[in-house]
Amino acid sequence: MSFLQLLWYFVVGLLFAAFLVLDGADLGIGMATRFLAFNYDERQQLLRTIGPHWDGNEVFLIAAGGSMFASMPMWYASLFSGFYLLLFLVLIALIFRGVSFEFAENAETKKGRNAWMWTNFWGSLCTAFLFGMLFTAMIQPVPIDAQGNIFASFLDVVNPLSLLGGVALTALCLYQGLHYATLRTSGLMRDHAATLCGNLYWAAYPVEVLFAIALYFQTDFFVTHPLATLFFLVVIVATTVWGHIATIRDREWSAYIASTVTLVALVALIFVGLFPNVLIARNSAHTISIVSASATSYTLGVMTVVLCILLPIVIAYFAWSYISQWHRVSLQEVQEDQDGY
Amino acid sequence: MFNIGMSVVSLARFQFAMTTIFHFFFVPMSIGLGLLVAIMETMYVIKKKPIYLTMTKFWGKIFLLSFAVGVVTGIIQEFQFGMNWSNYSRFMGDIFGAPLAIEALLAFFLESTFLGVWMFTWDKMKPVWHSLMIWLVVIGSTLSALWILAANSFMQNPVGYKIDPKTGHAVMTDFFAIIKNQQLWYEFPHVIFGAFVTGSFIVAGASAWMLFRKKSPAFFRKSMRLGLIVGLFGLLGGFVSGDGQMLYLTKDQPMKFAAAEGEYKNVKSPAAWSVVQISNTKEKTASYRIEIPYMLDLLTYHKPSGDITGMDQVNKDLHKKYDKKFGKNMNYYPPVNTLFYSFRIMVAGAGALGMLSILGLWFSRKRKNTIVKQKWLLLLLTLATFGPFLINSCGWIVTELGRNPWVVYGLLPIADAVSPSTSATAVLFTIIVYFFLFSFLGAFMFVYAKKNLEKGPEAIDDTIEYDTEDPFSKEAFSK
Repeated sequence: MSFLQLLWYFVVGLLFAAFLVLDGADLGIGMATRFLAFNYDERQQLLRTIGPHWDGNEVFLIAAGGSMFASMPMWYASLFSGFYLLLFLVLIALIFRGVSFEFAENAETKKGRNAWMWTNFWGSLCTAFLFGMLFTAMIQPVPIDAQGNIFASFLDVVNPLSLLGGVALTALCLYQGLHYATLRTSGLMRDHAATLCGNLYWAAYPVEVLFAIALYFQTDFFVTHPLATLFFLVVIVATTVWGHIATIRDREWSAYIASTVTLVALVALIFVGLFPNVLIARNSAHTISIVSASATSYTLGVMTVVLCILLPIVIAYFAWSYISQWHRVSLQEVQEDQDGY
Repeated sequence: MFNIGMSVVSLARFQFAMTTIFHFFFVPMSIGLGLLVAIMETMYVIKKKPIYLTMTKFWGKIFLLSFAVGVVTGIIQEFQFGMNWSNYSRFMGDIFGAPLAIEALLAFFLESTFLGVWMFTWDKMKPVWHSLMIWLVVIGSTLSALWILAANSFMQNPVGYKIDPKTGHAVMTDFFAIIKNQQLWYEFPHVIFGAFVTGSFIVAGASAWMLFRKKSPAFFRKSMRLGLIVGLFGLLGGFVSGDGQMLYLTKDQPMKFAAAEGEYKNVKSPAAWSVVQISNTKEKTASYRIEIPYMLDLLTYHKPSGDITGMDQVNKDLHKKYDKKFGKNMNYYPPVNTLFYSFRIMVAGAGALGMLSILGLWFSRKRKNTIVKQKWLLLLLTLATFGPFLINSCGWIVTELGRNPWVVYGLLPIADAVSPSTSATAVLFTIIVYFFLFSFLGAFMFVYAKKNLEKGPEAIDDTIEYDTEDPFSKEAFSK
């Protein structure tokens, strides 16, 4: 394996992690519109915190998909054709969520606005859940033929681990969204978000334990990478405890960072567990590795140069857009502002 | 899995055509509307008249709607390559992935970040800086078109690659050759000018409709004129770039060119141009031809002489060139009638839009503004709103169907590109869901855009004074 191949495996993982951390909060906010907000204005208050950013955050997913295509085309081709219907459902959920922001604002009747708000909620929830399923279905051994085609059966996609993965990611996105809400809203909303999040954390521990058990039975992570797998599982539990305590003690930044680390550790668990493969075949001769999935070193070189030039610029203005619009959104502001969300 | 009697290839092709055409309704719309909104805001910065700010916000709302639908349908496009065309992705990944990833890094981040800033900083930024944000969005979406067309151009005219003898896949050997691809530099301007025309005619056509209904005439007259001016500029650019593209095609993809002109046999100079014809694709003859002498030479070579290679000759050449690799059974004839008429609808449609722009500008000129009296013209301009959508789709049909039977010209036939692991049932199921989803999204977007239009500029700014004068009074006409 060359350095560039390793680098791009890392980059793809990093982009997925960035997507989950940033857009995960947006998905969580979408879900929170039904758990935290009790009327239209309060929902607007929540959505206003992600209004300027969710679109850009979602680009991390597109960048991750594009980078996967460019750096490891065999992975991209096999994964997306193999988990066809699951990915299709993810896309449908993303589409409904994506248009709901703009459509809710344009709907004139209360009924119409309400319908689009529900769309946003279900779109966010399903996106998180289905992505969780996709990530955890992807790490299990599946039937792959010599050409790399995956012929996944229903049970390869829907099984205890993938369902737990779905639940886990939904919960993590919800926590991430609630932490983000405590940072970006003021007044009652902020207190409610912190309280709800503190209570919800109790549900995390049993899910995490079950997830670890399912991981043991459904994947080869504990065989191929026992230490790393254990390490990341411990990190996930530890950061959950950290986030929980920080939430109770009202340390909102500390709690947000904790849940960010949890999400990153989850992606790291998956990417380290797969390493040096990207898709595990039942017949181990057909397993697709980073090396066999990879583009040529010329293409990787071109992409590396492009990345080194563009990434710092993107990060700079991306961060600027957050910093320049960073303020606590109050209920009053939403009620006064007709132009915003 | 039961057999539904349809091949995965034709279903996957249908799905790709459907999703692409739908996506390509909204992409040119948001690029074009973005440009117009940016121009409007810039005029506000320069002239400081409140009407331009109202225009920016008013048309900005419709722009945001089209952007939302354009973005979400674009996500399908990115993943579809892997889902339905995994063998294509394996064959082309080394080349195709790079522009796609660069598109995300360079273009999508730019447009979505600054759109987010633009939407929420009306009162927080100086107008100059605020208008810069929308310009960055326009630059972002233009760059995104550039990169996706770089990928498409490779499929039309592969350059800077070699075939890996071990895997049989195409691998990149020269990144700059892919960017310098001649095909790209004919295709990109043509598509971008088409997008400008689309946005312009939405503004112009919608304004014409409101003028027809005598709502806020001063506001909509100004909007309409701006739309028509930018539209005319876009049409001119589209004409020049399209003309160059056709000449280029005679050398590079002669089959596409000959099919668009419906010529089976070689034509010796001077070549006549057929306006109407029905091609019999089985016997490979054309009937019911109405011709204009010398015209094809003039159109193609810009002089009254020159030979045109017909499809039969090209077919022979292609068989000679590719029979060893792809067998003798390949059909190199594209769907001739579809290409012939798509090409004519595109050209004639663009011409009609040009005429309408000139008439609209003439009747709405400052000295003798009688546009509200020209009901026929206003109705035609309203209809013209939908023209660019038809024209754009026809353009893509010529480009993509004319490449038959290749996904990657000369390298990968369509039938070899499809995903082996997906079932026809799965593709059919997703086609049906996408169809209803697209109809649903399209309908809502249309209804919301129409509602915004009918609310008028007063919904943005109810203190506007530029509209208080009765536009039908004598004073207004004598101005």
